[in-house]
Amino acid sequence: MLTSIVNWIDKRIPMTDTFNKHVGQYPAPVNFNFWYFFGSLAMLVLVNQILTGIWLTMNYTPSGEEAFRSVEYIMRDVEYGWLLRYMHSTGASAFFVVVYLHMLRGMMYGSYQKPRELLWLFGMFIFLVLMAEGFLGYLLPWGNMSFWGAQVIISLFGAIPVIGDDLTLWIRGDYVISGATLNRFFALHVIALPLVLVILVFLHIVALHEVGSNNPEGIEIKKPKGSIPEGEKAPFKFHKMFTDKYDIVDAVPFHPYYSVKDIMGVVGFLFVFCFVIFFAPEGGGYFLEKPNFEPANPLKTPEHIAPVWYFGPFYTILRVVPDKLLGAGAMFGAIIMLFLLPWFDRGSVKSIRYRSLAHKINLIQFCVCFVVLGALGTMAATPVANFIGTVASFGYFGFFIALWFYSKNEKTKPLPERISH
Amino acid sequence: MSSAPENNGRRRFLTIATAVVGGVGTAGVAVPFIKSWNPSEKAKAAGAPVEYDVSKMTPGQLVRVKWRGKPVYIVRRTKEVLAELENGHNDQLKDPESVEPQQPDFAGNSYRSLQPEFLVVLGVCTHLGCAPTYRANDFSEVVAGVTNGFYCPCHGSKFDMAGRVFENVPAPTNLVIPPYMFTQSGSLLIGVDKGDA
Repeated sequence: MLTSIVNWIDKRIPMTDTFNKHVGQYPAPVNFNFWYFFGSLAMLVLVNQILTGIWLTMNYTPSGEEAFRSVEYIMRDVEYGWLLRYMHSTGASAFFVVVYLHMLRGMMYGSYQKPRELLWLFGMFIFLVLMAEGFLGYLLPWGNMSFWGAQVIISLFGAIPVIGDDLTLWIRGDYVISGATLNRFFALHVIALPLVLVILVFLHIVALHEVGSNNPEGIEIKKPKGSIPEGEKAPFKFHKMFTDKYDIVDAVPFHPYYSVKDIMGVVGFLFVFCFVIFFAPEGGGYFLEKPNFEPANPLKTPEHIAPVWYFGPFYTILRVVPDKLLGAGAMFGAIIMLFLLPWFDRGSVKSIRYRSLAHKINLIQFCVCFVVLGALGTMAATPVANFIGTVASFGYFGFFIALWFYSKNEKTKPLPERISH
Repeated sequence: MSSAPENNGRRRFLTIATAVVGGVGTAGVAVPFIKSWNPSEKAKAAGAPVEYDVSKMTPGQLVRVKWRGKPVYIVRRTKEVLAELENGHNDQLKDPESVEPQQPDFAGNSYRSLQPEFLVVLGVCTHLGCAPTYRANDFSEVVAGVTNGFYCPCHGSKFDMAGRVFENVPAPTNLVIPPYMFTQSGSLLIGVDKGDA
């Protein structure tokens, strides 16, 4: 009975074939470690955001008069409204934790290198849309930090010569951030960008499955057709899309091997995620900032306007540059550098395990600078903080510049033919 | 299927013509989508001029008035403050002569105002839009030798009592002076100057 239903569908749409190609018979390297959890975890958080987001819109009112009150209504009067909201707000922070670690994984193991440049670019666009989602979504509770945070970021566009003032007026739809701004941010946050996001995630995965997954060794599991004796090929049935062109070694089918392993990652993740939701939903003022518990007030600036933690690194880079236009340029430049990473790295050895000491030190200093910039972004601007921020900004940009220079003739360790296991 | 001979020139012409007409149509359709983001008539009406009677203000007093949702600071400057603006600290300012177009033409003087006594200025820091704090009589704590001024609590920008920005702070320009005028009866009208009226 079931078989005949499946057959009926398969004659009309390639259901089984698509499942096999991308899940059941997709060859994944045998040596994935815990760093490979974060891709599937990002997907889990995306589902969480979409689901809880849809449910929040059922009680949220996007207007200057009602927004703040409707969030309080969700928190106090709607059954389990508090849980849905905390799942969504904690999910936003969790998204960035997971995505930052996912990106670091890619940097460590050279997963952006040829032939995975486009895969990396799709990922970067996802990151960009996520940041836009975070920014737009943060205005919606219409708290005082929502208001002033948006004020700061929108005013960045005012730094653009000639068109700046008209552009900010157009973005706000009013002479000041108002209900008009709130409503359009709501539309973008709940419809426009999620659609873009889902399409980008789809493209990210299609691109991944076309070029195949990298792994901690950075050694390809696809060998030229006919180069591997029958007994040494991975002893599994893989989809003909892969085996027609290549001999596959050291691989297992994604399902059930990694689908089951990822469940372990999910359990670990949910443990931490639920702890935050139930015991520290405000994240100590980093996930939900204190001034946001009073309504937006255009006449009262919070004592210290800090972005949510995940914008910290980029906000600090903006702040340490004394000129407004150049500061905004440096901030966007910091993101553009990440986009161009596949072309800054001129080496051919992917994994950090086989790369030079210089590269290891460079990546570590990059991580340290990134964390320091992030921490400074949430603190008040003092001369000392500015000095440290300037140094860390140089470290951030220096990573890419240095990489470009040494990667051409880098002293790397000899690469083994196969993943040793 | 027509039996007429194929004509590549005609096909190309039709392809290009279709693309051009489609392109123009798309651009035309984009107009309402883009224009709908401009301030609505309601928002424009809410941005109408605001009136304030300044005759009751005491010397040194600051009053906040909301115009277009932004705080406008009105300060009745004391004689001492005016004297300070005259000579004092021009060498510490980024733009003492108000060269940058941050004010209507009538305010291009060293007081940056229509009448020396009254400062009318947007309380919005030109760095990132915070509201600077009015520090009456204790401003010398942040700038030695200047008694009154505005200090922005966000990123430490400093302005004098004409809204002129000091050197070595993040704010790039002087505070914005909105258009304003005094009516026949002597009250202040923010949002229009004589040119518009």
